[in-house]
Amino acid sequence: MTIVQFLLLGAAMFSIGLYGVLTRRNAVLVLASLELMLAAVNVNLVAFDIYLGDALRTGQMITLFLIAIAAAEVGIGIAIILMIFRNRQSADVDELDTMRY
Amino acid sequence: MTFGDWITEIANWAWLGIAIPTLVSAYFVVTARNVVRAVLSLVVALAGTASLFMMLGAEFVGWTIVLVYIGAVVILFLIGIMITRAPLTKTAELSQPIAMRTPAALLSAVLFLVIAWASIASFGGEAIPLPDEASRTASIGESLFTNWVIPFEVVSFVLLAALIGGIALARQDAPEEEGA
Repeated sequence: MTIVQFLLLGAAMFSIGLYGVLTRRNAVLVLASLELMLAAVNVNLVAFDIYLGDALRTGQMITLFLIAIAAAEVGIGIAIILMIFRNRQSADVDELDTMRY
Repeated sequence: MTFGDWITEIANWAWLGIAIPTLVSAYFVVTARNVVRAVLSLVVALAGTASLFMMLGAEFVGWTIVLVYIGAVVILFLIGIMITRAPLTKTAELSQPIAMRTPAALLSAVLFLVIAWASIASFGGEAIPLPDEASRTASIGESLFTNWVIPFEVVSFVLLAALIGGIALARQDAPEEEGA
């Protein structure tokens, strides 16, 4: 196995996630696309960790921290979407334009 | 390593068998017209990355992905969908109109090509030295509680703050009682 195949997979997943973040209208699905981008970063980190053979396992450690922080981010994100839905009766990111006018 | 060498290595066939479903389900996550189907495709994509980690010998990270992402985060997404009453049937309203999708697709394609070009130019054909032993969970635990113990404590504090913040944001204040 080569390192490039993992890097290409990570790049493809990151680009697909970016497309989702830019085009989804439902806020929950925007968060789901964001998770895809984070998973792509995890693939890169673990692949580089194995490639470099680091004794401290730096890449895998940072991946673990990334997973924990992403979980916290999803919890807060869903809570915020819930608040917005209560106040606006909608989770559509296009309708959140209060600060625009 | 040439493409001929690459395609004859049996591990690369297993890699393709994981990578192609991962990418296809990632594509479904961003394009599916059914909300629940989009979130369930996320399960397949994340399971694919977890299996890739196990192929690389990073067992502990792979199982953490399964437990945290597939076990908890996807359930949160489903709860979020049900609470915000997103349309559960097929609908075109989930994505932006085609006039916005085309520039987004172009931007993503350009980003992919730039990263792919940079990766191939820097690491083209270099092999990953796979570890001999199957599991290295013990070395991860040692590293986590010696060199990384302070970030570990900080992350636990972040999780606590997120827990309290999530409850504070999402709780509904009880209606005030008369004369209270």
